[in-house]
Formats: sequence, structure tokens, C-alpha cells
Amino acid sequence: MNDYLQSVVPVLVERFGLESHEFRDQVNLLVPAPKITEVCLALRDEFKFDVLSGQTAVDYWPKQEPRFHVVYQLYSLSNNVRLGLRVPLDGNAPSLATVEGVYPNANWHEREIWDMFGIRFDGHSDLRRILMPYDWEGHPLRKDYPLGYEEVAFSFNQEEVDQRKPRPKE
Amino acid sequence: MGVEQKLGNMGVATLKLEQAVNWARTNAMWPMLFGLACCAIEMMSAQAANYDMSRFGMELMRASPRQSDLMIVAGRVSRKMAPVLRRLYDQMPDPKWVIAMGDCASCGGVFNNYAIVQGVDEIVPVDVYVAGCPPRPEALIHGILILHEKVRGEKIKDWA
Repeated sequence: MNDYLQSVVPVLVERFGLESHEFRDQVNLLVPAPKITEVCLALRDEFKFDVLSGQTAVDYWPKQEPRFHVVYQLYSLSNNVRLGLRVPLDGNAPSLATVEGVYPNANWHEREIWDMFGIRFDGHSDLRRILMPYDWEGHPLRKDYPLGYEEVAFSFNQEEVDQRKPRPKE
Repeated sequence: MGVEQKLGNMGVATLKLEQAVNWARTNAMWPMLFGLACCAIEMMSAQAANYDMSRFGMELMRASPRQSDLMIVAGRVSRKMAPVLRRLYDQMPDPKWVIAMGDCASCGGVFNNYAIVQGVDEIVPVDVYVAGCPPRPEALIHGILILHEKVRGEKIKDWA
């Protein structure tokens, strides 16, 4: 662990009651969902983690509790240190407070997580789909979403596949 | 021999209207800038100095669909982009042709999933499919020449 992280992580663990996992040089802190905004605020203001370099989510589908982990990757420019946060969430109607007020670039990241996983962010200013069309149904990156592939056309079934393809009217 | 030798004393040439109109259409076909993804790079390099497309009449690429005849769909079309593609195709005035450049525009390419349209012929009628991932500029020019031959073979009763 980096020296700076070695000084920061015990303080965080003690103050907010988090768990810390370390693998090689990476540190991941498990944050319970209600505390995410204050943890991020503290990290940005006191500990100088000023860049949210990535925010994404993971679906551990057959496991329902927790089903999702929302992963934040923070970076401190002045100390050149990276820190990961993970928020475990339940399966049905998962929702979490937004960190858009803390890191403005979370706006699009959270829109993408809403689009792909269906995790609502309370307090988000503009939560709508960003990658799929606006009226799409379903959340594609969940593990129980179908792959959506079309049947591959080889020469022996070319005509059958062709008949089923949608064609424009003119 | 130049065209002067054929004109005789009166300076008159006779040819079929089909031939004249088709010749005019092929020799000044302006493509629309529709580079969506990686195939756009090959389309750009086909237009640039080394593999010049202006030799074949495509001197410039118009960004506006109202001023172009040919839509080269270069790249993968996502489900979100599909209505936009159709609208731009509808905004092109007749006569218009479509070249599906690359594998993603022809058949979905390597992307066989929910987000990519499996072949742009689900949306617009395509005249020529150019295969390749991406097709070399020479392959695109070959496809354009095939389209020119197709246009030269058009009959007068197909126009109306």
C-alpha cells in the first residue's frame, strides 16, 4: 500500500465504519449505501481525492443479496494515489444517493449505470438513458437480459433467415 | 480521337437519353459524409490524395443530405442512430443510391447483439455492399465502380 493510503485508510475505516480489502497495491473500501455521499465529500475535501476517474456497477446475478455493487474509482492528483469504493445494493428497485454534487462528472456515469443496470440515483438532475434509445425497455447489462443476437446466416439457411429479417417499406 | 471526329459537319451527336443521363449521374455523384465508425477512416483515405475518389467524380463530400446523391454508410449503426439514418436518407433528393461499406453496415459485422442494427438494409435499401473490416480504399473504390456500372445499366422506365 502506498504511504499516503496507509495514513488515510485507517482514518476512514474508523470514522465511517467501512471494511477495507487490499489486493497487491489496490485498496477497495466497502461503503454502506446511506453513507456514500459523506464519504465522498470527506475524501474530496479533506483527503484530496479530487477526480472521480470511473464509476460503474457490477451485477452478481444469481446472488440476490447483494445483487449489485456500484464501484467508484477515485484518484488524487496531488498524491498520485488511486482508491476504490464499493457500495453493495439489493436486487429489487436498487437506489442510491447521487454523488453528482461532489463530483460533477458523475452525471453521465450515473446515467449510464441507470441505463445499463437500472440503479436509480436519488437527487440526480437528469436521469435518463444515455446509450440506448430513450424509449428502450430493459437494462441491457444485467445478467438476466438476453444477448439479443440474431441467427447467423450460413449458406444452408440463408433464405430462411432472410425472410425473417425486417426490411424497409420502400 | 476526340468527340470532334464523331460530330460530322453539323456538330450533332445522337445517343439514347438513358445513356446521356446515366453518364451524367455517374460522373458527378456526390457522396454524403456519413462516416460513423472505423470505416470512416478508410473512406477518408479513399477520398484523400493517394487513392483519389475525385478521379471518379466525387470531388467533394457534402455534409448536407439535400445536396448529395450517394450515401456511403461507413461504420456500425446503433439502434439509437437508426431513426437518424432513415431521416437523413429520406431527406436526400432522388436519384439516390446507398453503399453499405464494411461488414457492420452490410450484416452487423462482428457485433451480433441488441444494440447494433444487423445490416443497414433493415433500414434503407442498399445498392452495393462492400465487404471488409474495414475495406481497403481500393475495395471501396471498386464498390463505387460497380455502382457506376449499375447506374449505367438503369433503364428509363425505372426512373419514374
